Amino acid sequence: MTQVLPFVMDMLVHATPLIIAGLAVAIAFRAGIWNIGADGQLIVGAAAAAWIGVSVSTEFGWLALPLALIIGAIAGGLWAAIAALLRSRFGVLEVISTIMLNFIATYGVSYLVRGPLQEPTHVYPQTSSIVSGAHMPTLIANTQLHLGFVMALILSVGTWWVMRYSAVGFRIRASGASPFAARSAGLINVRRVTTAAFVVSGAIAGLAGAIEVSGVTFALYENISPGYGYTAIAVALLAGLNPLAVIGTGILFGALETAASTMQRNVGIPATTASVIEAIVILAVIAFTQVRAHRALRVT
Amino acid sequence: MGDVALELASITKRFNRVTALQSASLAARRGTVHALLGENGAGKTTLMRIAFGMLQPDSGHISVNGIRQAFSSSSNAIDAGIGMVHQHFTLVPAMTVTDNIALGNRGVFNPVRTREALSALAERTGLAVDPNARVEDLSTGAQQRVEILKALSRDTRVLILDEPTAVLTPFEARELLLRARKLVNNGGTAILITHKLRDALEFADDITVLRHGSTVWNGPTSDATEDTLISAMLGGERMLTGAGAATGVSVASGRVVMSLQNVSARDASGVERLRSVTVSVHAGEIVGVAAIEGNGQRELLRVLAGRTAATSGQVTIPAVVGFIPEDRQRDALIQDFSLRDNIALFGAGARHGVQKWGNIRKQTRRLLRDYSVRAHDENIRARALSGGNQQKLVVAREIEGSHTALVAENPSRGLDVGAAAAVRARIRAARDTGAAVVIYSSDLDELLDFADRVVVLHAGQLREAPREYESIGRMMLGVSAI
Repeated sequence: MTQVLPFVMDMLVHATPLIIAGLAVAIAFRAGIWNIGADGQLIVGAAAAAWIGVSVSTEFGWLALPLALIIGAIAGGLWAAIAALLRSRFGVLEVISTIMLNFIATYGVSYLVRGPLQEPTHVYPQTSSIVSGAHMPTLIANTQLHLGFVMALILSVGTWWVMRYSAVGFRIRASGASPFAARSAGLINVRRVTTAAFVVSGAIAGLAGAIEVSGVTFALYENISPGYGYTAIAVALLAGLNPLAVIGTGILFGALETAASTMQRNVGIPATTASVIEAIVILAVIAFTQVRAHRALRVT
Repeated sequence: MGDVALELASITKRFNRVTALQSASLAARRGTVHALLGENGAGKTTLMRIAFGMLQPDSGHISVNGIRQAFSSSSNAIDAGIGMVHQHFTLVPAMTVTDNIALGNRGVFNPVRTREALSALAERTGLAVDPNARVEDLSTGAQQRVEILKALSRDTRVLILDEPTAVLTPFEARELLLRARKLVNNGGTAILITHKLRDALEFADDITVLRHGSTVWNGPTSDATEDTLISAMLGGERMLTGAGAATGVSVASGRVVMSLQNVSARDASGVERLRSVTVSVHAGEIVGVAAIEGNGQRELLRVLAGRTAATSGQVTIPAVVGFIPEDRQRDALIQDFSLRDNIALFGAGARHGVQKWGNIRKQTRRLLRDYSVRAHDENIRARALSGGNQQKLVVAREIEGSHTALVAENPSRGLDVGAAAAVRARIRAARDTGAAVVIYSSDLDELLDFADRVVVLHAGQLREAPREYESIGRMMLGVSAI
């Protein structure tokens, strides 16, 4: 029984970046943008937040935290803006450009933590620790659970509300569901709406990275993201792109990953089993929804 | 007098309950250009698809060089020496000309030999193309030459050209028709599907005219005049003088709601489709636009509806114009959205803040009831509605959204009789309550029944027309009006 509470806490900590990056993916996919680059945007956001965290003076106090989060989000948004501009100006497929940008982000961070941002002793490939003012407050003493999880919940509800009740959210959904009808019947500027949704998606993924640095790692490492941005695609799809459901699927995948490391430690089951289970879950969901769509079509 | 290269004898073809061809016949002599004339939907393309083996007739038979044939697919027809150039190209844009020509051939692909054969064929026929060019880099005219070469490369003796000049500039079109004449001098046969009288009269040896799926006229071009062909195409007995349209609302008494001054516009691929058009539409009138497909009616309607920007000229339209596009499935409705969400689509581009879902729901229910859209409730997807009910929903949304101006493109196409009548009645009612309405219909009967005033577009230029069937038909075909 004493095992359960730490497990739950761990699970929620793991779920935090998955929920937020899952929202990023859900928004983009709803707009008809296949943003596979949440991982790169998350990494760039983490790097920007770490840069703020190590370079601001301690006099900033707690202001360092919001500053790091905002800069992280902006960095993620700018990273996505590259792919967004390539798409809207030259018709470059975002699936390809965002995957490429993921590689650039990953290896860019490798360079940073061995070069300009490396800790002063130049021994470890990481930055020094961020100032304490940039640390995310802990929610429950003696656990890792931090305020970022609450932010993930608020962000989910907020996104859900915007998509469902606001004119902007409606434009995003309409543009994604049928750009032709959105343009002709709704007089919606589809290009502008989708480009903006793409950038916002990147900003949210960047925020996920910034929260990971300020709440969990407190420094920038290589491999700061063990593929959060990719798992986020599964999180979003499994949730049917519904921002509220993303909370649930994010926690599910957080639990799988936490359980994987626990099982490996205690029972010797390889942690990769979790990846296999994740893949099976996704396949099952996709197959199920396809079968349902197929049936629905046959009826009409 | 050559003997008959291709004969189609009393061909009948039905699609479900619609009869597309009713014992249509055509006989093309060897060494001639044969024109197949008819209005949109007269069955020209269907007949030629049967000749090319793409469709099988329900009755009737096909002979090539006097031998009876039963084609079960196009490859049978190709083997029999028949080639067809479709109205919409069937080339692979990313591949070279040589690759495209070789596509569909059997056996081993020898690029060098294919290229040599192609060059020889191009030289012999005078259809110049660069064998190594990629198709996507070629102009439309050059792409069409590739299509023709492809058809000819298979030992073709009868070449069918489906509206070959529709996509060409007048100069290219002339060039192509002259080439076609040369081709037949070597003993080949060309069948030219067209609705352009002049092309037929100038370039064809023989003419066959189809109307409503039946052959109504055939003979040598020397026996034909513009008048005989027009009355054959449109039906000589037709003399509509506008019964059923006038409502007592005096035309042009209302204020001008929509107006264009010397407006030009291009289509999506940058071709100028509308040339310096001037027109005004008044409150309380229906202006009917008559045009043969591709003469700029698409662009005219979209400029009037504020959906396409003009490239030059002055456009004066209300801020909100209701628009009923031809392709409602794609352009008017979001199939996976609920009916309520589809109603909310109106004006979504300019809305701010929070969606008033309560009001939108109420409005949707009201529209479903008032316009008798048969739907379980407002939460079902648009996809679940029948075509007629989908169109009623669109008409309801657009008319109720803008009481001042409405633009409709083939609003009753594909609808059953009841739904079509309901849609027409709604549009008339909108006019009677003071809306300025512009309608395009490819069905001239419907247009005349509807419109208070008719304008004709030909080659992007607009002219006022008398409300009279025959003159409109002539003007649509580009023949000068009386």
